[in-house]
Amino acid sequence: MTRWSMVIDLEKCVACQGCSIACRFENNTPAVSPDLAQDGREIRWNDVFPTPQEEHGEYPNTKTHYMTRPCMHCENPPCIKVCPVQATYIDEEGLVRQNYARCIGCRFCTVACPYGVRYFNWYAPEFDPDLAQHLNPDRIEGKGDLEGPAVRPKGVVEKCTYCIHRLKKARAQAEAEGREIRSDEYIPACVQTCTGKARFFGDLDDPESTVSKLAKSERAFRLLEEVGTHPKTIYLEEGE
Amino acid sequence: MLKVDTKDKETLFDPLFRAGFGFYTLIGVLLLVIAWGVFLYVRQIILGLGVTAMDRPSYWGLYMVNFIFFIGISHAGTLISAILRVTQAEWRRPITRIAEAITAFALVVGTFQILFDIGRPDRLLFVFFHGRLQSPLLWDAFSVTAYFLGSVTYLYLPIIPDAALMRDNLPENAPAWRRTLYRMLALGWRGNRTQWIRLERFIAVMAVLIIPVAVSVHTIISWILATTVQPGWHSTVFGPYFVVGAIYSGIAALFIAMTVMRRTMHLEEYITERQYRNLGLIFITMSAIWFYFTYAEHLTQAAGQLAEEWPVLAAKLWGQYAGTFWVMVVLMIIAFWVMVIPQLTPRSWGRVPVFRPRFTFASALVSAAVVALLLAPQAKPVVADISSVLPRGVLVVIAIAFALLSGISILPWLKERLVDSMVIASACVLVGMWLERWNIVVPTMTHPRLIPYSAYGPSLTEWSLFAASIALFILLFAIFFKLFPPVSVWEVMEGRIIDQTQSAAKVPLPEPSEQRRPVPSFGSGRAGD
Repeated sequence: MTRWSMVIDLEKCVACQGCSIACRFENNTPAVSPDLAQDGREIRWNDVFPTPQEEHGEYPNTKTHYMTRPCMHCENPPCIKVCPVQATYIDEEGLVRQNYARCIGCRFCTVACPYGVRYFNWYAPEFDPDLAQHLNPDRIEGKGDLEGPAVRPKGVVEKCTYCIHRLKKARAQAEAEGREIRSDEYIPACVQTCTGKARFFGDLDDPESTVSKLAKSERAFRLLEEVGTHPKTIYLEEGE
Repeated sequence: MLKVDTKDKETLFDPLFRAGFGFYTLIGVLLLVIAWGVFLYVRQIILGLGVTAMDRPSYWGLYMVNFIFFIGISHAGTLISAILRVTQAEWRRPITRIAEAITAFALVVGTFQILFDIGRPDRLLFVFFHGRLQSPLLWDAFSVTAYFLGSVTYLYLPIIPDAALMRDNLPENAPAWRRTLYRMLALGWRGNRTQWIRLERFIAVMAVLIIPVAVSVHTIISWILATTVQPGWHSTVFGPYFVVGAIYSGIAALFIAMTVMRRTMHLEEYITERQYRNLGLIFITMSAIWFYFTYAEHLTQAAGQLAEEWPVLAAKLWGQYAGTFWVMVVLMIIAFWVMVIPQLTPRSWGRVPVFRPRFTFASALVSAAVVALLLAPQAKPVVADISSVLPRGVLVVIAIAFALLSGISILPWLKERLVDSMVIASACVLVGMWLERWNIVVPTMTHPRLIPYSAYGPSLTEWSLFAASIALFILLFAIFFKLFPPVSVWEVMEGRIIDQTQSAAKVPLPEPSEQRRPVPSFGSGRAGD
């Protein structure tokens, strides 16, 4: 069985926010005005923020630690258990998915997620006119099903999908060529773009994959391990 | 033809066919408030939930608070009237109708809060088509639906004989549509033995069935919060805590509603002090349990001081939410004081000229002024002088002392006015319970784990929809009691027969409220009166 997982080496992360930008363009997340962002209405599937712990070191040699945060794709996700309509669910490959055509916008999942990775569309998304012509056309669509980078209607919840449309495309390609999909054929946009090559992606169940080797590293940790969610986004600790 | 007592007909039936200027003004004002709410709700649907003040991380706000509050109010009726029916408390008879009406209408208004809150109200029915069994919101949808259907049935059953009574005793000027209405609702009721047995049996079964449903409703609402891992919510005490709070606020709503009906329709002979005294005992019990749960809930958080929970509690105790938290505590203490302490004071205190309402107001004002002085952000020169002369500790003692003084000097006044004191206590409890819901929902939302702490204050849209919800509740209540008698007439008649048979067999205990000593007069203030 495949269990997609991401490892982020905080030692290598330079907090350039390239992942956030790549994510925004890959997944059509609208940018909001500074006023709305001030009101807590911005949507950042992949957020980069300074960790709450204080800066350390003596001025001017201080250091701030940054955290870069996609969805944790927990093995025991608190969000899917509370969804009253199964709009968010975990698939057989361990991806926590979000169906925009099903979501009723009750925001129970946003409340239940201890990582705050889920975002709500307070207004209908708006794009800069030039940008609107160059939206990513990829989407996952079916009967009563709308996922991936498809432009979200207002009033629904959205979140990082590990770029699930890329998996679909890679799989379709492999099927057309009549072969099994190779795990290096599918990586999310943030991993592809990462300046410091701090992000790794792969199959956690494959003992030879980079992620499963890194997950066994002494530096490996998961966010908020105490809440029992068992994230599949794994971090490698930063040195002093 | 079913017969009804002339006096019952005059006080209970005839006013239903008279509507004065006051009634139409009330309806007009309520409709205006509702129209404003409808306008803002349509605007919210068109623009999106962005018109509220909710954001990340305050994903839930006033709508959720009001949802919990209104569903809590709904526990007034059915639960209380069902428990009283099952335990055969005779004094329940005149207040069951009002209690059950509160339940049905509070549930309607509470369900509207969900519509306000969700981003896609057009997809609401997905909950039934695509439900996920693990989700507390799904449990909630089912339990609230069951409770609503049960409550409406339970409200309707005792109306059947009353509708038949109305059908047969309509005044001459009754419009034709009301004749049809009562004829339809009476379902061919003739009051024969088979019908009575069927009705009583059905009511008895419903009364037993509705109790677990009612308990489940607010337990499940608490589980919406408690099943998450969010700081301050993940608590095992939430289920019973919410149910007790719901019954507590429900009784408060019932007290206010029955007093309004008693005053406006002159039901003093039906709803007597006996109802206030007995329901007041349940009220006091709920108050005590509420204090116990509140203390238990906050003590465990304070003693544990878990890294995520502690900021939530600190925000309530002395941070951003200290205002709403301590106002809640003070209101609940006032309610408890007003309910309990007057019953413990000797009647003779009323003759002492210190126990006068004007001294109460005076000392309450002094206390409020001292509190204002304590809370003043930047002391003005004169105020600074006072606070330098009197250290803060002394000011706190003065504030408490004058508050106590005001509480004590009002005691004989309250003792003479059971109805008024219950209404005062109920008003305090209603506001206090609303604040309690606020203090549970909002501080946890604004103090999440990985997102910076934020603040939340409802927008105009949210406040307006709150006002419209209250207006809708009052409107439904007012219209309902223009169509049906406020007192379950047949139950009162049945009660009289039971009383007569019993008094023929044994001498009934005298009503304590009917054997009063002369009341000392207030206001004169002279010694020796």
